[in-house]
Amino acid sequence: MTLAFYIAAAVALAATFRAVTHADAVHALLYFIVSLLAAAVIFYILGAPFVAALEIIIYAGAIIVLFLFVVMLLHIGRGQRREERTWIRPRVWIGPAMLAAVLLAATVTVILAESPPAPYDLPQATAPSDIGVSLFGPYVVAVQLAALLLLAGLVGASHLRRHDKSTPLRAKGDPP
Amino acid sequence: MNTHVPLEHVMLLAVALFAIGLAGLLARRNLIFMLVSVEVMLNAAGLAFIAAGAYWGQVDGQSMFIFILTMAAAEVAVGLAIILQFHWRHHHLDADAAATMKG
Repeated sequence: MTLAFYIAAAVALAATFRAVTHADAVHALLYFIVSLLAAAVIFYILGAPFVAALEIIIYAGAIIVLFLFVVMLLHIGRGQRREERTWIRPRVWIGPAMLAAVLLAATVTVILAESPPAPYDLPQATAPSDIGVSLFGPYVVAVQLAALLLLAGLVGASHLRRHDKSTPLRAKGDPP
Repeated sequence: MNTHVPLEHVMLLAVALFAIGLAGLLARRNLIFMLVSVEVMLNAAGLAFIAAGAYWGQVDGQSMFIFILTMAAAEVAVGLAIILQFHWRHHHLDADAAATMKG
């Protein structure tokens, strides 16, 4: 089980790296799906099988597929890929990579310096019913807020997708 | 934790994933990749929640992950709608073009 964790962690890191650096949107999204599957394996190892299933069903199965739909809807083809390659030259990565590396180093130092206190008890794999009890017990207000958030997302998305043909609002200098 | 994976290692993985997402968010100019990088960061945060919840033997970490999932779904719906609208207006996905956006 421990070995499986390290294998899944390596896969997750490599797949995420490729997802972020790839020039082709579809390939990047497929790499991200691999990364999410690796994360689901880690969740399973950590004793959270319900969340692992949710990760696959909702994240990989719904959210990323929504991304893929949009990428295919936009007809991002060869030209876009070539343009993308000119955007992600190594020089562009220096600043962000250095900033992220500094943050990473700082956090790694903090994590390794402090040994965590002993856990309360010996945990087991959590049953979905326990999560349900937790969600609708102490977190019931948060569930209501999540419902409100989803409603706001729904209204926002359906408002934004409107094609307002009377006012094209094209910025100056853009190709028509 | 029902395994012998130390908490630090899971946290280190979460931090590394978060850093990759952050670098991607800062470096990429394509809006779709920026949104994917945000998803990477959200997923890393969820991993940290799950690890901490598993370590303490509480279900709260998993509840929080479900909230993160809900938030990610709402965020992606709005973000992709904005991307579609942006592509309809500009015919590309260069985030720098949004600098000239009005109102």
